[in-house]
Amino acid sequence: MTTLSYTSGTRDTPAVPAGRRARRRQWTGWGFMGPFMAVFTLVFLAPIAYSIYLSLFRDQMVGGTTFVGLENYERAFSDSQFWSALGRVSLFLAVQVPIMLFIALLVALAIDSGRLYGKSFFRITIFLPYAVPAVVATLMWGFMYGTRFGLVGNINDALGVALPNPLSPDLILASIGNIVTWEFVGYNMLIFYAALRVIPHELYEAAEIDGASQFRVITAIKLPAIRGALVIATIFSIIGSFQLFNEPSILQSLAPNAITTYFTPNLYAFSLSFSGQQHNYAATVAIIMGLITMVIAYLVQIRGMRKAV
Amino acid sequence: MSISLDHTRTSRDARPSRRNKLGGALALTGALTLVLAACGSDDDSDSGEGSDAVDLESVLEEGGSLTVWAWEPTLEQVVEDFEAEYPEVDVDLANVGTGDEHYTALNNAISAGSGVPDVAQIEYFALPEYALQESVTDLREFGAEELDGTYTPGPWGSVHQGEAIYGLPMDSGPMALFYNQEVFDTHGVDVPTTWDEFVDAARALQAADPDVYIASDTGDAGFTTSILWQAGAQPYQVDGTDLTIDFGSAEVTRYAETWQQLIDEGLVAEISGWTDEWYQGLADGTIATLATGAWMPANFESGVSAASGDWRVAPLPQWDEGASASAENGGSSLAVPEASGNKELAYAFIEYANAGDGVQTRIDQGAFPATSEHLESEEFLNTEFEYFGGQQANQIFAESAANVVEGWSYLPFQVYANSIFNDTVGQAYVSGTSLLEGLQAWQDATVTYGTDQGFTVNQ
Repeated sequence: MTTLSYTSGTRDTPAVPAGRRARRRQWTGWGFMGPFMAVFTLVFLAPIAYSIYLSLFRDQMVGGTTFVGLENYERAFSDSQFWSALGRVSLFLAVQVPIMLFIALLVALAIDSGRLYGKSFFRITIFLPYAVPAVVATLMWGFMYGTRFGLVGNINDALGVALPNPLSPDLILASIGNIVTWEFVGYNMLIFYAALRVIPHELYEAAEIDGASQFRVITAIKLPAIRGALVIATIFSIIGSFQLFNEPSILQSLAPNAITTYFTPNLYAFSLSFSGQQHNYAATVAIIMGLITMVIAYLVQIRGMRKAV
Repeated sequence: MSISLDHTRTSRDARPSRRNKLGGALALTGALTLVLAACGSDDDSDSGEGSDAVDLESVLEEGGSLTVWAWEPTLEQVVEDFEAEYPEVDVDLANVGTGDEHYTALNNAISAGSGVPDVAQIEYFALPEYALQESVTDLREFGAEELDGTYTPGPWGSVHQGEAIYGLPMDSGPMALFYNQEVFDTHGVDVPTTWDEFVDAARALQAADPDVYIASDTGDAGFTTSILWQAGAQPYQVDGTDLTIDFGSAEVTRYAETWQQLIDEGLVAEISGWTDEWYQGLADGTIATLATGAWMPANFESGVSAASGDWRVAPLPQWDEGASASAENGGSSLAVPEASGNKELAYAFIEYANAGDGVQTRIDQGAFPATSEHLESEEFLNTEFEYFGGQQANQIFAESAANVVEGWSYLPFQVYANSIFNDTVGQAYVSGTSLLEGLQAWQDATVTYGTDQGFTVNQ
């Protein structure tokens, strides 16, 4: 409607003052933006706004809901369980992500080298774990980790050794790291491989003419060319690490003492909300985690860009 | 009869406040009628068909559909029979998880305000929490108080909060010691009758075969609270919103010191309950005993069928020699969530399942009822369990039910308290923390939570 009247308006009365025209043009833009903005507001802005709203209240079993301002945030900053959860995922991030990305990069370079026999077989096989739902993957690994009837137990029996229990409190984080690496190496490999495929072949030919070794080709051509992909994969992995939830949540039934209800920030928010009925505080934890994740991801992006220049 | 029909109509159309008053008054009338009827007639089955039963009958004939969330396996047959008897009713029985997972899903649905089932299985320890938050219906609205005397005092008390009735008892869990007789015979070890003997037997079994453990335990809130209950400890005192949480008693220390030996010496298997490993361990002799509620046989038959004939039932080991103290472990009610869209039909179903024909159906599959009539019947007491080598196990359970220690109560936020049990007490199983320290940490965490939630908490 707006669009139609605007069109006819400009045709019939070309002498409309510029200011008025500009205002009309603005509305036209909103008309096109409308459907997107409606969906965007509904599925992005509204939940965030609602979480922020929730985080300003406290709902008690006795006494009901009261407005408490920023009290929940104060509580979070002095909550040792929250910070221990954050510390745990940070450690996970610092150790697991480099290992995973390095393996993914190695595999991508190997497949891209053109010297691998049956490269599409390897590409599919390594990518396959990503297609397995995280829940199923964790259950599967959970069975393998069993020291009594699982794979670890079988190895112990067959070889007469006593492997440490992967589900013990000391090793559980490493065991989860192993599962996540298994799941996501293929995914990251695909990102890197796709980036490698778009490098112009003339560069390789030129390098060959110059007598560059394969290693030199990798460091001088391939790695600089896929820097963008590396930054993206790193950011995804940072977000993934901070949001760690599925794996510990499922392994919890197998290792209830090793995985506490505040093992990761997400698990903590989940426990607070659903076992503890503390929706308001859970929303606060979620918002703080969201902000921390954003800041760190942003810093990595800035740094990645700067290097590229 | 006409009054009842009116009641139905009123409760659908009127506002809640009016309905409650009216409902209460009419229920009272119903109860009086029932008392009069009971005076004039010896026939028990007649009393069940008081004014309210007719009401439910018409609801059932009218039909509709119900969603039931429960993990109790014997309900499947009950639902099938129920649907056959009332073809207009369509029941969708869903298992959304056992225990915590189930409550998470339920809380989720309740906070969302949609997808709430019409009937939910709620264990006795969890019911006070739902009652306090008014997320389950007071069943007196439908005449549940008429069932007074139908159930044994323990479970019937568990579904009450003051005068209100928030669920109908489905089963009860008087504790007993399930043990693998094969294992004990093979190694020439006697079945323990006290907890001290239990520790000795654990050592003897381990010495005979390092792959045999007296029990599996990775820290289970339900088990620990039940054993404390049996020991006579009363860590929780609840008076409305006034709570006392105190794990400092001599009974708690006694439990902790006994159990600490089992943990320190590695005498209990590190296998968490209800996992695949656990079922396998029960079947292959790795786990030699299981102290739990009388609802367990059905689970043995379905989950540990390979060991049929190996297992027997004995009274729960005692803290004092010669005593016969017992406790309840688990046991569930069926409740009607406040958000159910079809409360009358829901009530009709739970009355059928927990007070009507459903009870016998469930007993036939190995469930342990909460109804006095069935518990006292010769047929029930003399039932021979094929799984337990023909043992008349119900006699042990019934005796246990009669010896449950009085005075125990759960917290109105026991679901949360249990969810953090492994964060605190559970650490004793995997680190240098002692059980007593763990229990103290648990106390501190629950006191903090209770205070945060607005309760007055004394320690």
